[in-house]
Amino acid sequence: MSDAALANPPTIVPFLKFGADGAPYLEGQQCADCGEIYTTERMACSKCFSRKPFKAVKLPTTGELYTFSIVHRSYPGIKVPFVSATVDLDAACSLKGTLIDVEPDPNHVKTGMKVEVVFRELEHRNKEGRTYVSYFFRPRQA
Amino acid sequence: MSEDVYVLGVDMIKFGRFPHRTIDGLGAEAALLALDDAGLGIRDMQALYLGNVGHVTQFVGQKILQQIGQTGIPVVNCTNACASGATAFREAYLAVKSGEFDLVLAVGVEQMGKGLLGNAGGGDDGIPREGLLGSRLMPALFAEVGMEHSRKYGTKPEHFAKVSVKNHHHSTLNPKAMYQIETPLEEVMGAEMIAYPNTKLMCSVNVDGSAAAVIASAKKARELGMGRAVRVRASALTSDRFTQRDLTLPDFNTCTRDAARIAYEKAGIGPQDINLVELHDCFATAEIVHYENLGLCGEGEAGAFIDSGATWLGGKVPVNVSGGLLSKGHPLGATGIANIYEVATHLRGEAGARQVEGARLGLTHVLGLGQACAVHVLEKV
Ligand SMILES: [Zn+2]
Repeated sequence: MSDAALANPPTIVPFLKFGADGAPYLEGQQCADCGEIYTTERMACSKCFSRKPFKAVKLPTTGELYTFSIVHRSYPGIKVPFVSATVDLDAACSLKGTLIDVEPDPNHVKTGMKVEVVFRELEHRNKEGRTYVSYFFRPRQA
Repeated sequence: MSEDVYVLGVDMIKFGRFPHRTIDGLGAEAALLALDDAGLGIRDMQALYLGNVGHVTQFVGQKILQQIGQTGIPVVNCTNACASGATAFREAYLAVKSGEFDLVLAVGVEQMGKGLLGNAGGGDDGIPREGLLGSRLMPALFAEVGMEHSRKYGTKPEHFAKVSVKNHHHSTLNPKAMYQIETPLEEVMGAEMIAYPNTKLMCSVNVDGSAAAVIASAKKARELGMGRAVRVRASALTSDRFTQRDLTLPDFNTCTRDAARIAYEKAGIGPQDINLVELHDCFATAEIVHYENLGLCGEGEAGAFIDSGATWLGGKVPVNVSGGLLSKGHPLGATGIANIYEVATHLRGEAGARQVEGARLGLTHVLGLGQACAVHVLEKV
């Protein structure tokens, strides 16, 4: 592991990366042929089957809430209610996540609402005592 | 062109919770029921196809034969999530269709625990992703699919809830359903919220169960007598081809539309020819989207379609007259053969109080998260 990697906090998904300035961002893998963007690695493009190497691209932090559910029952230890969200990132790919900073109530959560990606430290720590970082969605002010 | 394939015998056990029984015992019971229904014995069977999810690495098919007769026939254990039973049925169908066998047995069986489907997970770091990265639980996934429909067409929570009212009503007419309880709209909508807009009464029931079918070639069916035979007019199985959000939110719609299209083409019919449907109502939201996916109504019309009463017993195209997964219960591996049983029973005119009068063509549909979608079209002989 490089020094740079050691300097960055642990993340909850491998596609959450940190820039040279230490700022977190999400990284996609873009098909060199059709332009489709994925957040996970693959041997070839699922859409066009191209086997050309994928290009790493920085994902936008803005998007729209495509659909959602408000989860009231989950496994023991999982805090409910929470908003499970499927977000279309602007001119990129869709992304699953939790929508925060909003009342978990259908009167407040609306499909089509503008959202943004934010990064938060979790309460979980790794063996070295370092705090995990994950991404969330929150409503974006117009 | 190869010859037609027939269901000669088919049956299911009453679904319920049987924690003290064995998985092979449950499967063996359905196998014997189906053999009895066909008037045949295990010695007549040339192969066994088994559908199961939870115990599939344990050679469930072979264990069933150890309970009812070890004839040394080939056994294939199939797993395809909630489409496992239908996949086993289809493999059995294809084996006969190919000309390899004249008589085969398909069995679907599941023994489930109580509670939510799926698991909380946690990577190497032990941190559960559930709640952190949205929800991967079935109720939420199918709720999101329902909300997608709401977004496009203005479908309301009441529309989804009406599916539960209907299917619970239907189950009061089915002695093999787990529950036989009416649930008025206020009760469905007022039940504990699981994943908005699906309340507890809009989620399928986790039960144990089994179902089995004896499948025969045309030659064998003629020899044994076509009296109660049911023709398999079409069998289709699809996976998820690439669509825009499938890798983020499983696309249950496209694989269903693909399977339906293939099945209608193979059968040479259209959705307007179907007299009854058993579709995968794992959640109330799912039934609504599948009305359109299966072509039972036009795009965006599913809400009005449930409002119209078309899918109630006595309606234009009754859907899930068995009570569906919502009330009959959903033992994953058994579900795909149990819905074959339901449709075949109507085509035979043996469905009693819930009989769809004059049924000649019926369609079954199951959908496994992953995705695997199976559609079968059955015809009265
Ligand atoms: Zn591509």
